[in-house]
Amino acid sequence: MALATLSTRRGPTPPRGRGARSRVAPWMFLAVPLAFLVVFTVIPVVNMFWYSFTTWDGLDPQKEFVGLKNYVTVATRPQLFQVFFVSLYYIAASFVQMALALYFATVLSFRTRLRNVFKGIIFFPYLINGVAIGFIFLLMFQPGGTLDRVVALFGGGDQHFWLGDPALVNWSLAGVSVWRFMGLNFVLFLGAIASIPSSLYEAAELDGANRWQQFRYVILPGIKPIIGLSFILAISGSLAVFEIPYIMTGGANGSKTFVIQTVDLAFKFNKVGLASACAVILLVIILLITWLQRRILPDERVEMS
Amino acid sequence: MTLVETKPASVPARQALGASTAALARRRVAVVLKYATLVVASLVMLTPLVVVFLTSLKTPAEAAADDPFSLPSRWFNVDNYVVAFRDGRMLEGFENTTFILIISVTGTVLIGSMTAYALDRFHFRGRTLVLSAFLVAALVPAVTTQVSTFQVIDFLGLFNTRWSAIALYVGTDIVSIYIFLQMIRSIPVSLDEAARVDGAGPWTIYWRIILPNLKPAIATVVIVKGITVYNDFYIPFLYMPSEDLGTISTSLFRFKGPFGASWEAISAGAILVIVPTLVVFLALQRYIYNGFTSGSVK
Repeated sequence: MALATLSTRRGPTPPRGRGARSRVAPWMFLAVPLAFLVVFTVIPVVNMFWYSFTTWDGLDPQKEFVGLKNYVTVATRPQLFQVFFVSLYYIAASFVQMALALYFATVLSFRTRLRNVFKGIIFFPYLINGVAIGFIFLLMFQPGGTLDRVVALFGGGDQHFWLGDPALVNWSLAGVSVWRFMGLNFVLFLGAIASIPSSLYEAAELDGANRWQQFRYVILPGIKPIIGLSFILAISGSLAVFEIPYIMTGGANGSKTFVIQTVDLAFKFNKVGLASACAVILLVIILLITWLQRRILPDERVEMS
Repeated sequence: MTLVETKPASVPARQALGASTAALARRRVAVVLKYATLVVASLVMLTPLVVVFLTSLKTPAEAAADDPFSLPSRWFNVDNYVVAFRDGRMLEGFENTTFILIISVTGTVLIGSMTAYALDRFHFRGRTLVLSAFLVAALVPAVTTQVSTFQVIDFLGLFNTRWSAIALYVGTDIVSIYIFLQMIRSIPVSLDEAARVDGAGPWTIYWRIILPNLKPAIATVVIVKGITVYNDFYIPFLYMPSEDLGTISTSLFRFKGPFGASWEAISAGAILVIVPTLVVFLALQRYIYNGFTSGSVK
């Protein structure tokens, strides 16, 4: 992908070394960035692996090495592992989100009245502060509140415990996440569609293609790479959900996600060792997904943006 | 409203002669459906915001009453905003957020552009290694590493200071480095060389040539980073738990306890947080779309 090309493709040829000064100069510019990289990324990752093999509580100067015990605990204790199933709701929701975003991006790529107004309305929620969104939807989800009123209009009954009912809570929260993030997918798709050369539409039009055929044979192939990328981002995002459920339910009623659990283990229960094992598992899964993405979708996306 | 026929902006008028009436009818239905879905989507996006805005203007009695769609009795009722500012300590939240935002965004621009300058304009041993180090680091999602990042921040004595957030925002932003790396390629090396002939050293070249020519990338980074920092909850929540160090996110989050079910105060707090975002969005729409498109794809 774009990142990978950076290492192989060179920009304009850098000037050749001019004595000692130009051998030192790049390091003057790199000293601070590299220090940050080491202190805030390298050391935490290395330490996290190390902690994950101990029973450290975060305070004790001694760290007892226990090998793979924490990993066995995560794999065998069902209440630790079941948080992964909560991610499935968010993954399902992200499919809906992607389909909606694709639909609206396609529709708004054609001439439409108030195009920019619709575009702004659909995108704006993405920019809103997560805590504010959490509170907004806590209000919407009040029993007998706004959402219940709307549902009642369509004959869906008077009161629902959107956040109190374990059968509903994850759907409600995943719905909030669609509301929040759809706009980003939408704008990405819109940008990708805009970069398809207009001659392709004209040719399709001359061949008598209708709207659906234009979508199917011109737009869809043209934005395939960005759709692929969005899927990968959506899946790794679904595994790392934290803000909305933490703010709205604190993980109650079966809405606890993997990251909420990890944060609770580390900072509430002082089980830094076990929390690190959880974090390592998540890190490995996300790296695997990213690696798969690079395998499945090689460089073609670069020209799109 | 009257609906116009839609077509791609670039396509010349098609020959409508052959179109049968059935096809025309079908097209008309499609147009109606299209606008219907757009209106429904807009309602779904806007209703929650409108209800919260209305609630923020209501008296406690009105807000506790059943109808979320009822209008407030006094449209200029700012009591809830006063409560949010004073009792909710939102003013301090804005101060802390502004402080963190300005330093982090400036720091990110400097760090990102310096890294890009060093990596693109110099040929030195270890260049590929450094580049790959940033490349790999970009893959590590920050959300996973906080368990041990916390220990680093604690060790550095930054816990419960605003510098913890600043250090993490500046120190872990690798996406910005890529945005600068992409942009710096388009600045001709001949500019550097001309300056060097005039006796300019690397710092002068960086300040006088590179930084001014990176303006579009700087705009992107400032917008994307600014909005990300403004909205971030995770980092201030973990690293700045002190009551005096609330950012807008954590100050608002603390409404949960004391204001429990006073939805009018909570709504006022939420609106206070949203308004600056709305103003920035309306003023900078085009840059924001571009920024987020390039920021999240690279």
